[in-house]
Amino acid sequence: MLAFLLRRLLTLVPLLLGVTLLAFLLMWLAPGDFLTPMKMQRDIPADLIQQLEADFGLNRPWYVQYGYWLGNVLQLNLGYSWSFKVPVSDLIGSRLFSTFLLSLTSTLFAWVVAIPLGVLAAIYKDSIFDRVSSFLAYAALSIPEFFLALLAVWFAAVTGWFPVGGATSIEYDYLSAGGQFVDRLYHLILPTLVLGIGGVAGLMRVMRANFLDTIRAEYVQTARAKGVPEGVVMFKHVLRNALNPLISAFGFSFSGLLSGALIVEIVMNYPGLGNLIYQALLREDQFVVLASIMLSCVMLVLGNLVADLCLAWSDPRIRLENQE
Amino acid sequence: MTDTAPVSSAPLLEVENLRVHYPLRGGLLRRVVDHVRAVDDVSFPGARGRTTGLVGESGSGKTTIGRALIKLAPITGGSIRFNGTELTTLSNREFLPFRKRVQMIFQDPFNSLNPRMTVEAIIREPLDIHFPKQGVAEKRERVAGLLRRVGLEPDHMHRYPHQFSGGQRQRIGIARALAVEPEFIICDEAVSALDVSVQAQVVNLLQDLQAELGLTYLFIAHDLAVVEHISDHVLVMHRGKLVESASAEEIYREPKADYTRKLLDAVPRL
Repeated sequence: MLAFLLRRLLTLVPLLLGVTLLAFLLMWLAPGDFLTPMKMQRDIPADLIQQLEADFGLNRPWYVQYGYWLGNVLQLNLGYSWSFKVPVSDLIGSRLFSTFLLSLTSTLFAWVVAIPLGVLAAIYKDSIFDRVSSFLAYAALSIPEFFLALLAVWFAAVTGWFPVGGATSIEYDYLSAGGQFVDRLYHLILPTLVLGIGGVAGLMRVMRANFLDTIRAEYVQTARAKGVPEGVVMFKHVLRNALNPLISAFGFSFSGLLSGALIVEIVMNYPGLGNLIYQALLREDQFVVLASIMLSCVMLVLGNLVADLCLAWSDPRIRLENQE
Repeated sequence: MTDTAPVSSAPLLEVENLRVHYPLRGGLLRRVVDHVRAVDDVSFPGARGRTTGLVGESGSGKTTIGRALIKLAPITGGSIRFNGTELTTLSNREFLPFRKRVQMIFQDPFNSLNPRMTVEAIIREPLDIHFPKQGVAEKRERVAGLLRRVGLEPDHMHRYPHQFSGGQRQRIGIARALAVEPEFIICDEAVSALDVSVQAQVVNLLQDLQAELGLTYLFIAHDLAVVEHISDHVLVMHRGKLVESASAEEIYREPKADYTRKLLDAVPRL
């Protein structure tokens, strides 16, 4: 087990090197750099720009720049954000928590709602419930997220029941610990719903299909022949076997958590990482982009690792030690 | 055997005019337009302590009969009497005691064992339901005994189904069926998925168990050779109907129905 974990984590090293190198190269190939907007302004003297270029190292070849950056990263220094004027680690750290929280709640929401709905739709296949839930699922899948986000903001503004945007209230810093917790949750409700609804629809359909597949397995008949009560048949024999593909999907969704919420973050003014990465890319704020790409990579590998561990835990046929 | 019936010569199982029809829906409103007559007006006895063979091609309704006997298929009409008790009118709850007395061995040894459960859990599950008063140690002892009885090692109980070969899995299926001490076992194509040599081993095991425990079998298969070997009485099904019912010898010596003759001709002779 330990060997498996280490081997998986070791694959991160070449992956991170390759991905960051590619990202660096692409940013260098793209026309312009961080200083381009400044160069456009005539009142900034040319020698100041040259000075800045030398300070930022932008006048050197890209591979030299990459080498410097790599050297710093190996010393656990992610660099300095040119546009936000703070260390990248602080910048990402401050946003990571909000994004992580939102991703966690929306994923949790999607799973908690989708799995029972999918199971019920499968058990009562072709019933009114099944039809209504499939119809709603297709409807939810076909509504773009930004539109849902806009609707949510409009709803919040009209009713005043929910905050219109942000992750915390203005007076957040003056609240007690319990008050801060409640304030966070209050701000999370609408973004969670907006992000979660699309997930619910997709997951529910997958769950229903898997469940229907597994219901036909002969060991389900065996269980019934044994005299196992129907509820136990469904949960012990069918559900556990039907969950596998969802667990695998969870690994991928984990990596999408960082960037997936971009549009919702923008519309709902939620201070998450998606928005930050987007801004950094637009401004060619190199080190922020590189750090966030590394973060996504790590999340992808970690997410799949967690999914594989969950699969091995839930399915005795999967034994990690024997895998190549 | 805790048989309370006074006359042991009466058949353990009596099936009369059994019908299983599935509705076919069609059209815009998905109305019932026709029925698939999976089993149509079938009657036969299952003699106590004997083996009744049931043959027919795929889709002839033989598996449906097996399933209908243990309430895994919806019964449209007819009567099933087990040791004198009418089964078709029982609710699921009332039927539970009969799940202990009638067991089924399924066709596909790879698909009929839950891959998430250890062999011990698979064999113990029916014990938990039908013998709730037994302690854990006692049940484990029984699982070990059952594994030994079907020719496996007691240590095997900690393994998972995927760690066994097809023949071994079918033995696990047999141990599972025997766990609740049934009187009647439906073998639904129990050996069809196995290699010929393994088939012979499993058939011999079934025959040994019958001699030892006085079991009554309904042996469903599409392979006439195997059915001839194991059965005392053979039923031939075609398109949901019984076309012939005779002793095993008779059916081979002078088959009456055309369909039976066709089936016999299809048996490869070496």
